[in-house]
Order: sequence, then structure tokens, then C-alpha cells
Amino acid sequence: MGIDLAFDDHGVYSFAYLDEMTKRMIRRAILKAVAVPGYQVPFGSREMPLPPGWGTGGLQVTASLLGREDMLKVIDQGADDTTNAISIRRFFARVAGVATTERTGEATVIQTRHRIPERALTEDQIIVFQQPQPEPLRRFIPHEVVARKLHAFAQYGVMYVRLYEDISRLGHVAMSSDYPVIVNGRYLASPSPIPKFDNPKLHRSRALALFGAGRERRIHAIPPFTDVKSLDFVDHPFTVQHFESCCSLCGAQDSYLDEILLDDGGRRAFVCSDTAYCAEQRGERTKS
Amino acid sequence: MKDTIMTILVSVDGLSKAFTLHTQGGAEIEVFKDVSLEVLAGECVCLHGPSGAGKSTLLRSLYANYKPDAGQIIVQHGGESIDLVSAEPWEVLEVRRHTMGYVSQFLRVIPRVVTIDVVAEPAIAIGIPADEAHAKAKALLARLSIPERLWSLAPATFSGGEQQRVNIARGFMVNYPVLLLDEPTASLDSANRRSVVELINEAKARGTAIVGIFHDEEVREAVADRLFEVGHSSVRKSRRRTATAEAVA
Amino acid sequence: MKARAREILRVERLSKTFGGRVPACSAVSFSLRQGEVLGIVGESGSGKSTLLRCLAGRIQPDEGKVLIASDDHIIDLWTMDEASREQFLPTTVSLIHQNPRDGLRLDISAGGNIAEPLMAAGGRHYGSLRTTALEWLQKVDIEKRRIDDLPEIFSGGMQQRLQIARGLATHPRLVLMDEPTGGLDVSVQAKLLDLLRSLVRELGIAVVVVTHDIGVARLLADRLMVMQRGRVIEEGLTDQVLDDPHHAYTQLLVSSVLQG
Repeated sequence: MGIDLAFDDHGVYSFAYLDEMTKRMIRRAILKAVAVPGYQVPFGSREMPLPPGWGTGGLQVTASLLGREDMLKVIDQGADDTTNAISIRRFFARVAGVATTERTGEATVIQTRHRIPERALTEDQIIVFQQPQPEPLRRFIPHEVVARKLHAFAQYGVMYVRLYEDISRLGHVAMSSDYPVIVNGRYLASPSPIPKFDNPKLHRSRALALFGAGRERRIHAIPPFTDVKSLDFVDHPFTVQHFESCCSLCGAQDSYLDEILLDDGGRRAFVCSDTAYCAEQRGERTKS
Repeated sequence: MKDTIMTILVSVDGLSKAFTLHTQGGAEIEVFKDVSLEVLAGECVCLHGPSGAGKSTLLRSLYANYKPDAGQIIVQHGGESIDLVSAEPWEVLEVRRHTMGYVSQFLRVIPRVVTIDVVAEPAIAIGIPADEAHAKAKALLARLSIPERLWSLAPATFSGGEQQRVNIARGFMVNYPVLLLDEPTASLDSANRRSVVELINEAKARGTAIVGIFHDEEVREAVADRLFEVGHSSVRKSRRRTATAEAVA
Repeated sequence: MKARAREILRVERLSKTFGGRVPACSAVSFSLRQGEVLGIVGESGSGKSTLLRCLAGRIQPDEGKVLIASDDHIIDLWTMDEASREQFLPTTVSLIHQNPRDGLRLDISAGGNIAEPLMAAGGRHYGSLRTTALEWLQKVDIEKRRIDDLPEIFSGGMQQRLQIARGLATHPRLVLMDEPTGGLDVSVQAKLLDLLRSLVRELGIAVVVVTHDIGVARLLADRLMVMQRGRVIEEGLTDQVLDDPHHAYTQLLVSSVLQG
């Protein structure tokens, strides 16, 4: 493999894969996104060595953030050990030579798909979301120009229509992931396809949250300590999922659980979706 | 004579009307010229003259349905004098809503609106409560012998006489200080004619100033206080009402 | 009673030309008061729809002013910035399209269609949105049980009634209607006209209704403006203009109506 090429003094690959000018361009977009919380900033998305839809947006944001001292954690659906997470982690280990970890507390940059770690993030951390569709209005407003005007004028009535329709048909809001939020009381934003279970973690989070959409060429941000409100009605307040059972491995009752089929007979079990959290809980238990 | 104070409710001065028919080569038809007329409270003036003399045109002009070319129509409206010829449209509408009623020869049917609502509408439009308005509408329809089973139907399918009576009921819904009547009894039988005469005389007793066209001599004699001659030759001469008017009743 | 109603809309010398050729609107001026219904008649291409779109904030006029009363002051529609205009218009002005498909979302329920502008105006209580939607369905004569049905399966007349409910539910001050009975059967038209008449009276809104149908104008409008080639050629009380038209074009227009 050509991994060592990244560290060649004559630089076939730049540090963290992208050339410096591209990273500068992305950082500018990130700065703008931080300055206008929830606003989707266009950026010049590059071809990455994996297909769009596999996390190219998150990858580019991470690449522009990493320094040599950073400690990177990558999760996919909460797990550190899935194919995609492993590939991306190895990718940056190769092209940036950064240290990697599975422990949430140790990481300085966490790239994630579809989850926020259970362990509360700190002001020393940045969480980078891979985002397939950054525009929450897209389902109702196919025209980009119209959608942008609605953002500009903060006209979000159409988004509430979705909530209204769900409640009138099903008695509750059916969206369980990618549940839209209002950031800093102004912009409607998609939190990426995280379960709505994770939405409260975005509210006044200590860590900077960055969302990169490679195919759609957009970056938006939720700066630390920013108000994030999930859309709801006064008489139908936003609620998160509750699980009847606890994790069958670590016994956690406060974490987001995945359902696992155990055999062909349909036996099933629930386990933490956040594998690092689950491991930590088990470690603590064995210690005590 | 009357013991009521002689209040002039309508005062017409120098009124002229001609039609220019652009669709017929710009032909100009002069209907009347320099008409002057005063109508007192409690008085009924009958516009009189041969067919085609311009009686209906004059009556419609008094209602501001036609725009006169010259002259004034001063109406006493809520303590103010308003000239209908120069008034703003909203002022004319206010005068029509509160002060001046008009019963045309034909009912202009509003599709799908039922009889009782057609009749009650003018009262509801000036803020009279719906139940009160409906009670009065029912009483009027009963007096004009419209069968109760028709009240909840739209009048579009009624006979000419029935439509005419619905129209009269509508015209008498509000106690207008001024009432314009265009052949209100034209297609009515004698019993209904009597009811209409009663309604007119009750209005006069209330002090209503009435200008009307009554072709039926019996009705004319029963309601009109004087005749006002309309027609090219006579109108020009009628500078003052005393010059041509003559008490009939 | 004699007090003159509040002026809601004033248009001053409004002009709009497309492509530098014949003007669509030329120095049109008028004023509209609360509770008043102004009809604009004229044949296709006379500029009445362009005028309506300038009032609705959809087309910017080349010259002239559109002044609309706000709660405590007067808004100059085309000198304010776009963001303020977009904030101001949805709660103040409602446009009813000829084709209900242009004014409705066909893929969301009838109730959702009525609730959307209310939610856009800040309605965040599901229960009261629902109640308002039901009230409006009743007002426009649509069965309450249809509240969760998609308007796609409604008849044209029902769709138009739903559009009217959607347009009026936010209590706009000014309602602009573009041929509101245009694509409907005669019997359905009559029903709709009756509905509009009673709603206008009940709500005391100011209405501008554009139509080429003299019958519609006579039934709905207090006042009438006749337009020809972008100019207002005659105006006045509706019955005056229709029964005693002065301008050659108005006479032609009135005499061309088929007597029913």
C-alpha cells in the first residue's frame, strides 16, 4: 500500500490527504458556519477516495481540522468497530499519522455517522457529522432557490406541516431520526440522521458540532453552548425514545439501544449502540 | 294637512341625464334635462308621464344607479346633507344602506340564497341581529302572502308575482327615511296590492319620503300626495314643484 | 355609522411594462377601505392580473406605490426590503388563485393546508390549529370528517373552497382574488359566490377581485374598475358602471354579456 507516501518529504499526498489550499477553503466555510449557527455554508467539495454518501463531507471537515497532536475517534451507528468506522480511522492514521482511539473521553476529534456518543462531550472536543442531506426543507421544497428564501425569511411553517400531518394521522410525530431543529432561535437545520434520542445532547453542548455534506457541498455548525430546539407543538412537546429493556451486555438504562436478533427462532436482545460506552460501563463494573 | 314638521329629505336641483350609445354609432339620447324636485318627510310623490318619458331613469338616478350629467341630488343622511351626484362611492353605499331604499321592478336573484335570507339581508347588513331580522322578514313575507313553505327556497323559480312580493318585502325590511318604488304593484292581484298600499301608507305615517312610479290608478290614488310630471315638454318647465305639482290625495 | 372605514390599500400611479413594449399597467391609482370589495374587470391582457400581482408582492412595478395599512402605520410595499416584505405579506395579504392547485398543497391534508399559514404565523398549539381548521372547513361548507383527506381527491369546487379557507384563516386585512370562480361549473360558482359574499361581510376584510365575469363582479363588488390596455377607463359604484356605462369599451363589455 502507498501509506508511507503521505509522509514522503516531497509529498505525494499532503497531510491529511487534502492539499493546504483546499483545507483552508474548508476552514473558511467552517468559520462562517460557526459564525452563523445552523446556516448551510456552501463549500467546494472535493473528490475523496470513497464514494459520495459514504461520508465524504465528514471526511473533508475532519481532514481540514486535524493537526499532528489530535486524537481521532470514528464511529458509525455508535460503533467503533464497523467497516466504515474502521476504514475512515485507518485512512486518517495513514494520511495524517494521527493517533486514534475508541475512548470518547480521549478523543479530540470525533467523526460520526448517525450517533452522538453517550458520554457527554467537552469543550476540548469537536464532533464531525457525516450528513447525507443537509436541507431539512428538501422533502417539501424541491427548489433550492425557494428553500433558501424560506431560510432567509425564517418562514418555517411548512416544516410544522410535517409535524401536524403526523399527529393528525398517527397521534404523534413519526420522525424518529434526522429530527429537525431550530439552531440559536434562527435557522432550521438537520442534525443529520441521528436518532431523535440524541437531539437533546446538541442543546448547549460543550463541544463544537460540525456537519459536512460532501455530495450536497454544504457545511453547517452548532457552536458550543448554542440553543438547539427540536420542533414541536406546545401541546405535543418533543420527546425522545424510551426503551423497555436495558443493555443486555452492560446493563445501562440510559443509553440508546440496538436490537439484535440472536437466532432463527426470533430471540432478540438489546445492546448499547455506543460500543465504547458499553465497554466502559462493563469495565467499571468489573473494577468495582 | 300634516302636523309633522315639513322636513325636506330629498332635494333635486337641475338634474340632467343623457345616454351616449357608443355601440350604436355614438347616438345621444337625452332623457331629461334640468329637473328640480323636493320631497318632504311623510310625503309620497308619484312620477307621472307617458311610457318612455324617463320616469324609471329619473328614479334610478335618484338612487345613484345612473350617473346624471348635471345637477344635484341632496339627501338628508344621518344629520348631514349628501349630494349623491358628487358623493364618493362609499358614501353612496352608506346612504343606500341606512337612508335610501329602492324597490325595483324585478328581483335581482342571487343564486342559491333562500327567500328568507334575501329579505332579511338589508337589515343584517346594518347590524340588526339575525334573529330579529328573520322575525321581521317572516312577518313581511306573511303579510305579502308568500306561503311559508317557500321561505326556505331560493326565489329563482318563483312566479313573477311572487318574486315581486319578495322584492317588496326586502325593500321594507329597513325603515329607510327615503324610499324609491318602481311600479311595486305591477304584477300583483288586488289583495296583494292592498297589502302593499298598507305598507306604503305605514311608511308615510312614519315620516318616510317616498318617490314612486305607480301605473295602477287605484294604487296611485291611495298613496300619492302629488304627481310630478316627467317628460321633455313638462320637465323643462318644472322649475319649482309648486309650478307643476298638484295634490291628488 | 357615518364614520368612514379605515383605508387599507392605496395604489398610486402604478405602472408596469414587460419587455419595454405595451404597458401591462399604466398609472393605475385607487384606494380601498375596510369591508369594501373592489372588482376589476376587463378582458384577457387588460393588465388586471399584473396589477393584482403587484399588490400581492409578486411582481415589482416599474413606477408607483402600493401602500398597505399595518397595525399602526402605513407600509410602502415596494420600498421596504425583501425580508421585511416577506414577513409582512403572509399575515396581511392573502392571494386566492384562479386554479386552486396553485394555492394549495395537494399532497398534504385539508387540515394541514389550513394550518400551514397559521403555523407560519407562529401557531404552535396543535389542538387550537386543529380547532381552527375544523371551524374553517365548516365555514366553507366542507364536511368536518374530510379534515385528514388529501385535497387531490376533492372536486374543483371543494378545492377552491379549501383554498379560500386557507387564505382567510389567518385573518388577512386584504384579500386578493384572481378569477376565484374561473374554472368552475355554473352551479358550483353560484355556491362559491354566496360563500364569498357572506365571508366578506362577516370578516369585514378589504377585497380586490379580478374577474372577466360581469355577473361575478355584480354579485361581489361594491365598486368596479374597468381596465383596458393597462389603463383604468371607468370606475365607480358597481351597479352604476354596469347599468349606466359611459365609456365605449365598458358599454361593449356589458352588452356582450349573455343574458341568463
